[in-house]
Amino acid sequence: MNPIDEREVLALLAELDAELVGLAPVKQRIRDIAALLLVDAARKAHGLASPPPTLHMCFTGNPGTGKTTVAQRMASILHRLGYVRKGHLVSVTRDDLVGQYIGHTAPKTREVLKRAIGGVLFIDEAYYLYRPENERDYGQEAIEILLQAMENQREDLVVILAGYADRMAAFFECNPGFRSRIAHHIDFPDYGREELMGIAELMLGRLGYALDEQARELFERYLELRMRQPHFANARSVRNALDRARLRHASRLFGSIAQADAATLSTLTAEDFRPSRVFRPSQPASRRRAEEECPS
Amino acid sequence: MRITQGAFSFLPDLDDTQIRAQIDYCLRNGWAVSLEYTDDIHPRNVYWQMYGQPMFDLADAGGAMLELQACRETFPDHYIRVNGFDSTRGWETVRLSFLVNRPAHEPGLRLRRTEASGRLQRYALDGYAAQREPGRRYGERC
Repeated sequence: MNPIDEREVLALLAELDAELVGLAPVKQRIRDIAALLLVDAARKAHGLASPPPTLHMCFTGNPGTGKTTVAQRMASILHRLGYVRKGHLVSVTRDDLVGQYIGHTAPKTREVLKRAIGGVLFIDEAYYLYRPENERDYGQEAIEILLQAMENQREDLVVILAGYADRMAAFFECNPGFRSRIAHHIDFPDYGREELMGIAELMLGRLGYALDEQARELFERYLELRMRQPHFANARSVRNALDRARLRHASRLFGSIAQADAATLSTLTAEDFRPSRVFRPSQPASRRRAEEECPS
Repeated sequence: MRITQGAFSFLPDLDDTQIRAQIDYCLRNGWAVSLEYTDDIHPRNVYWQMYGQPMFDLADAGGAMLELQACRETFPDHYIRVNGFDSTRGWETVRLSFLVNRPAHEPGLRLRRTEASGRLQRYALDGYAAQREPGRRYGERC
């Protein structure tokens, strides 16, 4: 493994701070892991025995709290920390691991493991692997192979599971072997309003948009109202709201595109947020239920 | 008689670190690594049996090494080779192929001479081991 120095790690952590809003427990854990790897390297230099730590992880949290985003980051972080050789991420779900007939599952799972070696295997919604209601389900076979690989290829492979907290807990209840093989259980907290604002600004910055003063105030109110509604999916809801604002922005400019200057083209105003359904006072219950799935 | 086929075959057998380095080289070049085995070592026998599928989307040599380990366990007394297949248009061929496993005892090949019309001599190669049934040519284990 390539040696790492403290300066590089600090730069990495600073980068993480700048690009991920909130997520204090996650960042803390990454800091701890980086420190441990550094100390291990130092110990090795002094001839002290230190077996490589296991870094299998489990991310739990509500929708839109950044589990997948962090997992994608984690691969390159662990690569830069010198823990995995290649730093690629293989992202799979139940379909990629579990076969459709007898004898199909094991080769399929092994194939995925083979691809993931030297990097990170990310299993999204891992609890779907285990279906207690069907005792002939092949998911159990995939779980056994995974467990074996997590034990035997510890130095070669990092497995990250992700999912909603309550269902992950039920999954671990049925598969105690999994829980004990995973050293890092990281919980992703919900974002506060300030953090969601920060996320919105990061997203807009990446897209090359900006909010004007009124739009900012209105969007803050939007978030406050939206957070109290059901099916609020944190950063994902923010992204959807911004996407819809971009649509309104575009249709507002439609017809006068030739006259629009760069500032007009890149500034979202209050007009682009006000038509949102979240601001409408009350609706018939039946309609609201239909729209809760996709509030505009 | 020591069989010399493929790259590096006049060198001492590669150890696992060296094999891993060669596979890494293949992957760096974007070649798909695959494993093949045979117990019929005739030089004209170019199509060996493939072990598993070609590993087209491998990122690290570790995966191929796992597969090689499994292949060696299944066929300890066979010849096993690693191929690096280049799918670039214009190449579309195996760019690197080398042996990674050979039986403990290699009887080698026999040169057979046949008299044809007149004083014409016809030559043919026979693997000594190939006279036995497939699967038992280099031992009883598989």
